[in-house]
Amino acid sequence: MGAINFNNGLGIHDNALLVRAKRAEVLANNMANADTPGFKARDINFRAILAAESQKESSLSLQVTQQGHIAGNSRGDDSLLYRLPNQPAIDGNTVETQVEQAIYARNAMSYNASFEFLNSKFKGMRNALRGE
Amino acid sequence: MSLSNVFDIAGSGMNAQSIRLNTTASNIANAESASSSVEETYRARKPWFAVMQQEFTSVNERGQFQRLEGQTGVGVQVLDIVEKDAPLKPKFQPDHPMANEDGYVYYPNVNVVEEMTDMMSSSRSYQMNVEVMKTAKQMLQRTLSLGQ
Repeated sequence: MGAINFNNGLGIHDNALLVRAKRAEVLANNMANADTPGFKARDINFRAILAAESQKESSLSLQVTQQGHIAGNSRGDDSLLYRLPNQPAIDGNTVETQVEQAIYARNAMSYNASFEFLNSKFKGMRNALRGE
Repeated sequence: MSLSNVFDIAGSGMNAQSIRLNTTASNIANAESASSSVEETYRARKPWFAVMQQEFTSVNERGQFQRLEGQTGVGVQVLDIVEKDAPLKPKFQPDHPMANEDGYVYYPNVNVVEEMTDMMSSSRSYQMNVEVMKTAKQMLQRTLSLGQ
């Protein structure tokens, strides 16, 4: 490592911030469609994405030794999942607004936490560069 | 940045709910608009909500366009405003100025109780979308102060 490097210095916090923002979008979409018949609430599996991000460097990528092999790696599945409703509506809508609001609020708090971490990383770097 | 999409999504939700509130207002206002024939009578109007889907495409290794699966929607849209199928309410009122030859007057198929429920529901949903937007705004404002 040695020198100050943005990729190493910021850790996972910049990625966490992006995933939190993406999750906010998905949850906002759930709430906007709270009255749409047949709409199925969705969410991001944050844990799976975080695990995949932290494993990225040590992930076992498959080597292509012959033509026709498919290149692959052991990256986690970050696709959108469907929420299991406590009590689905009769029109097939699975958005439970109180649940979505609670998750949205928690996601916003986590976003702020990740932001604080990222901000302190930048502050630390700036202090190191100043050398005062 | 995904956070700016939240504004569009919550905005589409607010727009859809205000259209719903407008149709409710129109229904309640016309609840007693009597007429002398079935065709001319006002019918309760209901908005038809659907998920707004964005056409996500990407280019694969062979240079072909492909649709990405599993993408989230980008808000809610009002596809149409449809008239309610419920039967009209004929009333025998021979003294009414709009009465037909048989003495009947037709009243709209507006259920005022149902409309009031819809009004409460759309007002709550509108408020929720405002809150979503407010929180997203705070998050974005904090992000802009990064490194200060």
